[in-house]
Amino acid sequence: MKKVDIIEKINDFLIDEFEVEADDITPEAGLKETLELDSLDFVDLVVAIEENFGIKLVGEDFINIKTLQDFYNLIERKLY
Amino acid sequence: MNRVVITGMGIYSCIGSNLNEVKDSLYKGKSGIVIDSERKEFGYRSALTGMVPVPNLKKQLSRRQRMSLGEESQYAYIATVEAFKNAKIDQHFLDTNEIGILYGNDSTAKSVIESIDVMREKKDTTLVGSGAIFRAMNSSVTINLSTIFRLKGINFTISAACASGSHSIGMGYHLIKSGMQDTIICGGAQEINKLAMGSFDGLGVFSVKEEDPTKASSPFDSNRDGLVPSGGAATVILESYESAIKRGAPILGEIVGYGFSSNGDHISTPTAEGPMRAMQKAIDDAKVAATNIDYVNAHATSTPIGDANEAKAIFNVFGENGPYVSSTKSMTGHECWMAGASEVIYSMLMMQHSFIAPNINLKSPDDDAKKLNLVTETLTKKIDVFLSNSFGFGGTNSALIIKKI
Repeated sequence: MKKVDIIEKINDFLIDEFEVEADDITPEAGLKETLELDSLDFVDLVVAIEENFGIKLVGEDFINIKTLQDFYNLIERKLY
Repeated sequence: MNRVVITGMGIYSCIGSNLNEVKDSLYKGKSGIVIDSERKEFGYRSALTGMVPVPNLKKQLSRRQRMSLGEESQYAYIATVEAFKNAKIDQHFLDTNEIGILYGNDSTAKSVIESIDVMREKKDTTLVGSGAIFRAMNSSVTINLSTIFRLKGINFTISAACASGSHSIGMGYHLIKSGMQDTIICGGAQEINKLAMGSFDGLGVFSVKEEDPTKASSPFDSNRDGLVPSGGAATVILESYESAIKRGAPILGEIVGYGFSSNGDHISTPTAEGPMRAMQKAIDDAKVAATNIDYVNAHATSTPIGDANEAKAIFNVFGENGPYVSSTKSMTGHECWMAGASEVIYSMLMMQHSFIAPNINLKSPDDDAKKLNLVTETLTKKIDVFLSNSFGFGGTNSALIIKKI
């Protein structure tokens, strides 16, 4: 899967499932702030990633993930 | 001791999605029973059921709030919003007062089964998602509504089989009567889906008269062959009389009696003696003469033994020339955990609009039912006091008496 497809897929589920405004989605946007994530939402993020990419992440994977760009990179890394 | 009044009601049922629609259906004797063909493929004996529209709460609730709401809690949310509107209660009132919630519910089968199915398939508990536990707990309705409406008073679910909704009102009545709470949201919710009712269908107690669904539920009729499952949610706002007067709330009726009992007998076969004790206790509590009760909303579900024993119980308590009796389950089917609350609302609507809804599909009453004053056609009648019966598995019985003020 190309990086651009990974980004599109992530953006799609952020908009559809997490109800993030499309205008708020930029590479430099903070993951936690943009998604208004609390501890429960991280569980749902793990579910969405598994459903969309077939990979299971754990809490530690998110330790250094600050921005959406970091998040895109994390998924790319895990996929390959 | 405080007087306890009802200041608001809300309903989401198979005979209407709000109070007005439900009132019209009751008046017209309109059934809400349909066929759910999926049930047959799933192995059910009977595909008959009450059905409500699937709610869409995207505009009203955040994603986080919606994720925790199972089917029954969605219904309860809709009913409670209507009840608040009816009671003239806004979020500011909820934020500045200690409001409680006691709601009847006795299953979350669909939510439990669906999350276990994910675990079985994925071999991973995280992948059920964050909302699964809050949808699956039996207290799902109360833990969700108390969070959504930021309630700060008493907060728990009452599980008492098909008397859950009625006992929730009875418990709320006692907490307000004793001065422990001023306002409590009471009610009952019941999921409608093939996962929830299969084991009940398996007992062989559901009607199989599928050729005309609207005629299948026929309480007290000698040809009845079983109940029809149904569901939705019903909310009543209980308040102390003082609180209601202080805030200028509409006072729709006063709860004057609550009687309860347990049969101490079979787990599913009802008795006449247990319900008699519950009704008599309610009458004693209400300090009204039995002759002053204008209407009895019977529990009668359309099962052969249940209806016959309730008919005996009503006759033994009230004697010859007793009150008018009808079972609204002839139209709604058996709303189980919700029924005790919804039937209070059905009876309240009759009291407000001076009519008695018919026990439809009653052509030839059996020998016990013949002794009752059964209403088979809509009757114009002023109601000042009514009694509502609810009984459940395990022999749990509840009777409520409500009076116009």
